[in-house]
Amino acid sequence: MSLTSKEEVMLDVDKIRKDFPILHQDMRGKALAFLDNAASSQKPQVVVDALEEYYKKYNTNIHRAVYKLSQQATDAYENSRKRVQTFLNAASDKEIIFLRGTTEAINLVAYSFGKKFVKEGDEIVVSAMEHHSNIVPWQMLCEDRGAVLRVVPINDDGELDMAAYADLLNERTKMVAMVHVSNSLGTINPVKEIIRLAHEKDIPVLLDGAQAVPHMPVDVQELDVDFFTFSGHKLFAPTGIGVLYGKQKWLEQMPPYQGGGDMIRSVTFEKTTYNDLPYKFEAGTPDIAGPIGLAAAIDYVLEIGYDAIASYEEELLAYATEVLSKVDGLRIIGTADQKASVISFDLEGVHPHDIGQFLDYDGIAVRTGHHCTQPVMDRFEVPATTRASLAFYNTKEEIDRLAESLAKIKGMFS
Amino acid sequence: MEELRELYQQVILDHNKAPRNFGKLEEATHKAAGDNPLCGDHVDLYVNVEDGVIKNIMFEGKGCAISKASASLMTEELKGKTVEEAREIFQKFHEMVTDEAVVPDMDEMGKLVALAGVREFPIRVKCASLAWHTFNEAMEQTNRIAKTE
Repeated sequence: MSLTSKEEVMLDVDKIRKDFPILHQDMRGKALAFLDNAASSQKPQVVVDALEEYYKKYNTNIHRAVYKLSQQATDAYENSRKRVQTFLNAASDKEIIFLRGTTEAINLVAYSFGKKFVKEGDEIVVSAMEHHSNIVPWQMLCEDRGAVLRVVPINDDGELDMAAYADLLNERTKMVAMVHVSNSLGTINPVKEIIRLAHEKDIPVLLDGAQAVPHMPVDVQELDVDFFTFSGHKLFAPTGIGVLYGKQKWLEQMPPYQGGGDMIRSVTFEKTTYNDLPYKFEAGTPDIAGPIGLAAAIDYVLEIGYDAIASYEEELLAYATEVLSKVDGLRIIGTADQKASVISFDLEGVHPHDIGQFLDYDGIAVRTGHHCTQPVMDRFEVPATTRASLAFYNTKEEIDRLAESLAKIKGMFS
Repeated sequence: MEELRELYQQVILDHNKAPRNFGKLEEATHKAAGDNPLCGDHVDLYVNVEDGVIKNIMFEGKGCAISKASASLMTEELKGKTVEEAREIFQKFHEMVTDEAVVPDMDEMGKLVALAGVREFPIRVKCASLAWHTFNEAMEQTNRIAKTE
């Protein structure tokens, strides 16, 4: 992305908020402050419109019928794939597989790559800050193949121990599966370096990009990443649609994940030949509206521009870090140098569940719990955290409200 | 926030800060652990039953104010009761925290009434009932052991 001057990347938050109908409502008598974007982000009107148009005007199954309506739906579906291809700068649209989400994408790779390439005694490397969805599929694979899961530790700031990572890579390592941006700590991992070190030993890398794409541009060719996964619903698109990018050279060697319609070329009871990429990995009628909504969301995000988003979110993060740090007894968990606009914290003497409940009464939506990263909670010796995750439609005023509310709660429990 | 203060009335805040019967009971005849995976609440419950009467009951664990206060209030309430009585109290407690039609009876439920407010918040019912389910589990476990003897 080209560098633009500060004036040009200014983001008009009032104008942007108007694009999100859901933000303009009261919760328990207070204006909704939605600070749970890492869980799922809200949808702009253009995305809702794209879904509505599909269902109202050209809803039908794809890749099958000869009538015009079906061709329209097929075109929209395939154009969405091309939209994702250019969004990630993939070399070919054959490398873009539509799935339900990041979880399904990782499961597909763990199953299919694992079946082909992972044998007894082999190793899979993950990090201590992975979401459960980038731990459990690999654990299942390891159990099935008699392989070993190796874990890169993190430091007290929530950053990867890169020396330990380099040491873990060896000739038995078959895959490095790593989170791009941590959902519970906000850490942005040095993915280029992670990939470079793995490739030095010819080890492929999968990135869980679910928390990356809402905040930063991703160029899979520049990263030279082997697999990249993300979910639409965290990128202002509908739930139920996700993307697996995979280098063609890997996808071609990998066996199908699920069998069924659309993924075949011909079927007899003796022998089935599989379809070409990407259809080999898209069995059954897919989510059709999802990719159409996703393409609309991508257009929307790119229209605002990642430069503008990044500089605005950086400002929000700095402000939130400063304001929240002043709350008595509040400790931010995840203080990495490179961080996305995600703030997990512990408030001394108050369990996150109680915090979440009180914040709800002030109209503030945050996530409380382990955020599907129990090993991170264990690492920082907390049962759970409260997490405020910010999107480009959040405001400093909402952060002020959060801090004020937290101070009140702290006072009540003291 | 005013409505919520009712839920977290002094009793809950007090039991959260200074839980009663907190700690390990070395001579427990029954014990069980309970987890609420949603929020990471964990309780270890120790019960000493003699002749069907709960002579002593203690708990350890970590969790939100509701789960901690509920465990603390439960131990206070159940100490000295028979296991049968305890089960009846659980039944009434469960009705109180889930059914809005139930008018909690102060005389019958004592301080447990402080938890009646959770029925407004379905997601917190699990927090309030974790200790009780753990109690049931503790009773079950020894029954199984008893059968094998």
